[in-house]
Amino acid sequence: MSTAIEVLDLRKKYGEHEAVAGISLSIEQGEIYAILGPNGAGKTTTVEILEGYRDRDGGTVSVLGSDPGALGVHGSAWRNRIGIVLQSTSDAAELTVAETVHHFAHYYTKPKDPDSVIDLVGLTDKRDAKIRTLSGGQRRRLDVALGIIGSPEILFLDEPTTGFDPEARRAFWELILSLKAEGTTIVLTTHYLDEAEALADRVAVINAGKILEIATPATLGGRHLAKATISWHEDGKSQNKLSDNPTQDVIELAQRFHGEVPELSVTRPSLEDIYLTMIEGQA
Amino acid sequence: MNTLRLGFQRGKIEIKQFLRQRESVIFTLFFPVMLLFIFGSVFKDTIAPGVTFSQYFVAGMIASGLVNSGFQQLAINIPMERDNGALKRLRGTPMSPIAFFIGKAILVFLSMIAQVFMLLLFGTLFFHLHLPHSSALWLRFTWLVLLGSACSTVLGIALAGIIKSGRGAPAVVSPFVIILQFISGVFFVFSNLPSWMQHFAAIFPLKWLTQGMRSVFLPDSYSYKEVTHHWEVGRTAVVLVAWLIAGTILASRSFKWSRQ
Repeated sequence: MSTAIEVLDLRKKYGEHEAVAGISLSIEQGEIYAILGPNGAGKTTTVEILEGYRDRDGGTVSVLGSDPGALGVHGSAWRNRIGIVLQSTSDAAELTVAETVHHFAHYYTKPKDPDSVIDLVGLTDKRDAKIRTLSGGQRRRLDVALGIIGSPEILFLDEPTTGFDPEARRAFWELILSLKAEGTTIVLTTHYLDEAEALADRVAVINAGKILEIATPATLGGRHLAKATISWHEDGKSQNKLSDNPTQDVIELAQRFHGEVPELSVTRPSLEDIYLTMIEGQA
Repeated sequence: MNTLRLGFQRGKIEIKQFLRQRESVIFTLFFPVMLLFIFGSVFKDTIAPGVTFSQYFVAGMIASGLVNSGFQQLAINIPMERDNGALKRLRGTPMSPIAFFIGKAILVFLSMIAQVFMLLLFGTLFFHLHLPHSSALWLRFTWLVLLGSACSTVLGIALAGIIKSGRGAPAVVSPFVIILQFISGVFFVFSNLPSWMQHFAAIFPLKWLTQGMRSVFLPDSYSYKEVTHHWEVGRTAVVLVAWLIAGTILASRSFKWSRQ
């Protein structure tokens, strides 16, 4: 696999405040890479530098082999290969879904079929609706349609599922996984840890402009090595035990109860637990 | 798709959006006609032999139409499109910025044609506006309209780059345009204004556009009532070209695709 995005010691200051303080990361072609972090951690600044929207104060950046901060006349050819889904927008309110998607298809040299993209994001029923009449979640799906219409090699998604109901979120995840199956590299920032867990091959946790850790969702923060919590009901109240050997402990419990253990559960820390521990450890 | 064809596609989209916003259609197209009826009906005095104030006013309103459709429309709309994320989204696509500006120019040009046509129509029907009687005057009218629109367009884009927020844009732009109209010989006869005001107004293009339009629509004999007793057509062209160049430079420096 080759590298789609390479970032080395990226830095960006706003006045005295160092929003990005030396971030390095490398994103492989075809992977889904999630960037997690609290508000103000530097996620959006980092991603907007990768997208070519912001200049940087230091470090090197390569996206599809080009420096997004020095595109010059090659900007158009480079942008033809990427797709961007920004945070909430409210533009083009008077146009219909179909008009907008068809129009944006003109910008790219290898556009997908606009009607099948509308279908893919589940807006076929709304194709002739004015954009201002769409719900928040429908608008977001239109944003995604405009992000993928050009068959991008890299798709940037900035908090794509904000305002989605659970069903729409699941449908969106399917869509993202189908794009990955086509070979699209996906860079995702999100607040939803379950989303990162369901989609991402790797996650980077950013806080205060620095990377805390880069790992797979399953191994982040030593999650796979963490103790499991066993809980059950005994002596009229619920009991908890942290365990390195949960299987052995459950067998012993079963022997003690001669069979079924009341209200037995074995849980490992969720990605959210691990994430919150990491962020709090920082603060 | 090449830049020119994409520019026409942008123009199509711009016009669709314009026509579907009732306020913008009314503000741009009908407001000048309403003003024409109010002022034209109230001030019917003869200001010179064979010239009524309403004729004088129609000429000024046609010049103002070029300012409305270009300068005012763009200086208000572009900051709004910057605020709602439209410009940022476009910047993230391979679309050439030139195609974007071609689209804006098409919108300005067509709304300007519609506005000038309505003013000419109602002016001749109700306010004794005389259409130019020679091809030389039509030619002058044409270059005044083209040069005036171009000037108005680039200055609108330049001001849009300086204005911080879309919500505040109308509050900055509209008073600016109205004051210009007062001091440039639209609502008042220019030669009756205090001379310091005349000198101040002469810095800006609208004064020259109104004077140019008077040279097209008023009898040639009226020129002696102008401040210099001449139409100063050559000087008008020089001032407009100078503003066009300055505006183009300003616009290319000030234009921003997003708020930061």
